[in-house]
Amino acid sequence: MEEFSFMTIIAVFEEMFGRGVFWAMVLVAAVITLAYLYVLVRDRAMSMRKFLLAQLSMPIGGALAVWFVMLMTNSGFRDIGGPIDWLVLLGVFAAGAIGFAILVYVVQSIVRGKASDA
Amino acid sequence: MYADWMGERMDSFDKITASRRGFLGLATGGAALALGAGQGAQASVVRTNARILILGAGAGGAAIANRLVERLDGASITVLDGRPQHWYQPGFTLIASGLRKADYAVSTTEQWLPNGVTYINEYAAELDPDANRVITTGGQRIDYDYLIVATGLVLDWDAIEGFDLSMVGPENGISAHYASPEMAELSWHAMDKFTSEGGVGMFGRPATEMKCAGAPVKLCFLAEDIATTKGNRSNCEFIYNAQAQNLFGVPVIHHRVRQIMDERDITYRYQHVLKGIDLGAKTATYTTPDGEVTDRWDFINVIPPQRAPQVIRDSGLSWADRWTDQGWIEVDMQTLRHARYPNVFGIGDIDGVPKGKTAASVKFHIPVVEDHLVSEIAGREGTRIYDGYTSCPLITRIGRAMLVEFDYQDNLTPSFPGVIAPLEELWISWLMKEVALKATYNAMLRGRA
Repeated sequence: MEEFSFMTIIAVFEEMFGRGVFWAMVLVAAVITLAYLYVLVRDRAMSMRKFLLAQLSMPIGGALAVWFVMLMTNSGFRDIGGPIDWLVLLGVFAAGAIGFAILVYVVQSIVRGKASDA
Repeated sequence: MYADWMGERMDSFDKITASRRGFLGLATGGAALALGAGQGAQASVVRTNARILILGAGAGGAAIANRLVERLDGASITVLDGRPQHWYQPGFTLIASGLRKADYAVSTTEQWLPNGVTYINEYAAELDPDANRVITTGGQRIDYDYLIVATGLVLDWDAIEGFDLSMVGPENGISAHYASPEMAELSWHAMDKFTSEGGVGMFGRPATEMKCAGAPVKLCFLAEDIATTKGNRSNCEFIYNAQAQNLFGVPVIHHRVRQIMDERDITYRYQHVLKGIDLGAKTATYTTPDGEVTDRWDFINVIPPQRAPQVIRDSGLSWADRWTDQGWIEVDMQTLRHARYPNVFGIGDIDGVPKGKTAASVKFHIPVVEDHLVSEIAGREGTRIYDGYTSCPLITRIGRAMLVEFDYQDNLTPSFPGVIAPLEELWISWLMKEVALKATYNAMLRGRA
């Protein structure tokens, strides 16, 4: 792949959101991911109670992600035209769901602390 | 005709395919993005003191200026463009259908040009390719070693009898969305009124080569969709006037467009070329093989004949025996190098090649011209070729488009074969147009995509 360039993708996303907003979003995602790793290491275990709430919140995150995409574009569910459209929609839902679940887990772990799960 | 270069073509096919994905692959936000490309980012820098003149700072001129600054050390690069505004022309359709305001397509020419080039805010008044010299409208003389012609084209509004750009707007029901971002916004107000009040809407395209041949069709589809959404479809009639015996130059796409027009009860007529309009009578006259026909309209989208700027036509760079009424420059269709002046290259709309007056084509012209020019300066032979690739997110309604891509041979060249069907009306293709295209275009201008 002589032509492969990750930088091109970065360049396009910078143009799409603006350089500041794009890197701020990357930073927020990185901080949440690091916080997730931090609480896992700190607690030395997954808390199933926190994980349950995180899982229950997944549909909310997925729906929010789909709503955000529809809000930002002049399109709606009636425009879903073929299999790839459904896959993209499911992808958006899944990304929102997983991201939100991690966020909910991290927030519980940080707010309630390790002891609360005892 | 193509056999002699097929071997070479296959050599560079992988590279070109990869770049194409770079241009289109960014709407999904998915793993396909990993196929993106940044041509030449890792290419070697060549030391030179060559004087390079770029005529035009639009999509082609700005992008090649950024690439050459990266690739050449010590070159004297001058960019000549008299228009201080840069227009994102693929956005005009969105403005003309009320989805964006005029400022969506407006930026400054200067902001896209790299440090290290000389920008002269004037047009070329005289071009003498025998003497390697340009005189600007301000009287400056610029001598060059290499010339890149990226002037774009001119819209010949005067060729439409009885028409004047001051007529555009809702009062008269006239749209001219090719003219400028402001005119595109006025055109939207005309379309908004028509789709609310009903009547006969006329659409069509000129008989010359034109930029984005899909845009006239898109505007017709969008108007029909907007009338339907407003619940006023039954009071509106839509007539699409094609200049040729087809609705689109690529046969397979023609048939698909015809099918959609049939499904949506849009009338289409072949070989109808707009000759003039009568504002008072609200009629339009079309030339047809059977003579002139005159029809009444309540809304009309005027797209005029398109030609090379006069300074180019006077320079001797144009084809002598092809497109003689239009004046596109005589470049090799694969290398984009001038056939008679080897130190002259063409990028974008000005090129006299069978296809490719789109920003997507510019994206594919850039690495070819960059390769041949830099190789020549380095004492090598350039190898990259342009296969006629062009792309058109053919909007069929607000929220859906068909991502049609094709080459010189009328082959469909989908960037995501088996994933994004080119002739299917898809949401993802709309997302590409609405969300990803401008970002990719901007990245291209900066020489980063």
